[in-house]
Amino acid sequence: MTLHVDIVSAETALFSGTAEFLAVPGEMGELGIYPRHTPLLTKLKPGSVRIKRPDVAEEELIYVSGGVLEVQPYVVTILSDTAIRGNDLDEAAALEAKRAAEEAMKDKSAAMDLAKAQAELAEAVAQLAAIQKLRRKV
Amino acid sequence: MAAGKEIRTKIKSVENTRKITKAMEMVAASKMRKAQDRMKAARPYAEKVANVAAHMAYAHPEYKHPFVVRREQIKRVGLVLVTSDKGLCGGLNTNALRVVVNKIKEWEGQGVGIDVTAIGNKGLGFMQRMGGNVVSQLTALGDAPHMERLIGPVKIMLDAYVEGRIDALYIVYNRFINTMKQEPTLKQLLPLEQAAGDEAEKLKHHWDYIYEPDAKAVVDGLLTRYIESIVYQAVVENIACEQSARMVAMKAASDNAKNVIGELKLLYNKTRQAAITKELSEIVAGAAAV
Repeated sequence: MTLHVDIVSAETALFSGTAEFLAVPGEMGELGIYPRHTPLLTKLKPGSVRIKRPDVAEEELIYVSGGVLEVQPYVVTILSDTAIRGNDLDEAAALEAKRAAEEAMKDKSAAMDLAKAQAELAEAVAQLAAIQKLRRKV
Repeated sequence: MAAGKEIRTKIKSVENTRKITKAMEMVAASKMRKAQDRMKAARPYAEKVANVAAHMAYAHPEYKHPFVVRREQIKRVGLVLVTSDKGLCGGLNTNALRVVVNKIKEWEGQGVGIDVTAIGNKGLGFMQRMGGNVVSQLTALGDAPHMERLIGPVKIMLDAYVEGRIDALYIVYNRFINTMKQEPTLKQLLPLEQAAGDEAEKLKHHWDYIYEPDAKAVVDGLLTRYIESIVYQAVVENIACEQSARMVAMKAASDNAKNVIGELKLLYNKTRQAAITKELSEIVAGAAAV
C-alpha cells in the first residue's frame, strides 16, 4: 500500500511520487505517516522530510523551510515555504516594506524632478524634430 | 554634396537605433520564455493551496475566518497594484493604470478611501504623482521574483484587513493571455470568494481534519499563504506580460526603423543623382561656352 506525496513550493514543484512512509517535521514534533492516515492539517517547522519510496532502499531527504502539511488517507500534500517564516520575521518584512514606502514618499521631490525632466526631454525631442523638418524644407 | 552627408549621418543614426531595438526585442523574447516557465512552475502550489482551502471551507462550515466574512459597509479598501519596474513595454502599464484610475474614481464617488501597496516602479511613481496613500511598496524585483520579498507588503494589507482599517482588498495586474494580448485585470482578494458548491458536494466532504496545534493557527497560516500565492502568481504573470509587451513594442520599433532607413536611402540616392546631373550639365555648359 502506498500514498501519493506532493511537495510544492510557490516557485517550483519539489517532489511528486509515491511513498510507503514519510516523516515530516511538524510544529508539535516529528510526524510519521503511513497510508490510511486520518485527515490532518498542521504547520511544519524548518527541517527535512524523509520519504521511503517503494523499491528504493534509501530514504529520500527533502529540506523544507516550514510550511503546511495536509494529510488525506492516500494523498499527502506539503506546501513548502521558500523562506523561513515566523511571526517576528514576517513582522520585520512588513516593517521594511512600510519604511520603504515612507521613504519614497519623503523622496517625492526626487521622483517629481525625474518626471519633470522626462517631460522636458520629450519637449526637447519634439522641438528637434520640428527643426529638422523645417531644415528639410529649406 | 552637403545634403548627402547629412542624410548619410541620419541613416547611420537610425541604423544604430535599430540595432538597439532589435537587441532589446531578442532579449525580451528569451526572458519572456523564462517568465512563462516560471508562471507554469508556480501553478501547482497555487492549485494545491486553493484545493486545501476549499476542502477546509467544506469540512468546517461553522468556523468563519475573518478573511471569508463579508462586511456590510465598506469604508476603506486596499489595492495591490502590480506594474513593471521599467518602461519601453508599449501600453502595458498605461492600460493597468487606466483600470486603476476608473476604479478609484468609482470608489471616490462612493466616499470610499483607498490604501495602496505598489509593487513595481511604474505604479509607485504614478501613485505618488496622483497623491495616493501608499502604505507599502516593493520595487526592483528583477526577472525572477522571490516569494519571500512579497511577504512583508502583503502582510501589511492583511493586518490592515484583520484590524478593520480596510474592508476589502483588491489586486490589479496584467493577465497573460498570449504573446500578443495582455489584459489588465482587477481581482478581489479579500473577503475570499468561496465557491458555492451544491449539497452533494458538501456531503462528500463530510469529514474534518485533525488540526495541530489548533484550527485557528493552521487556518491562519494557510489562508495567508493562499493570498500570498495569488499575489505571487500575479507578479510572475505581470513579468511575463511585460516581456512579451516589450518584445512586440521593440519589434514594431525595429520595423519602423527599417522603413525610415529605406526612405532615407531613396532620398539620399535622389539627391546624389541630382548633384551629378547638375555637375554634368555645368561641365557641358562650360564646354559649350568655350
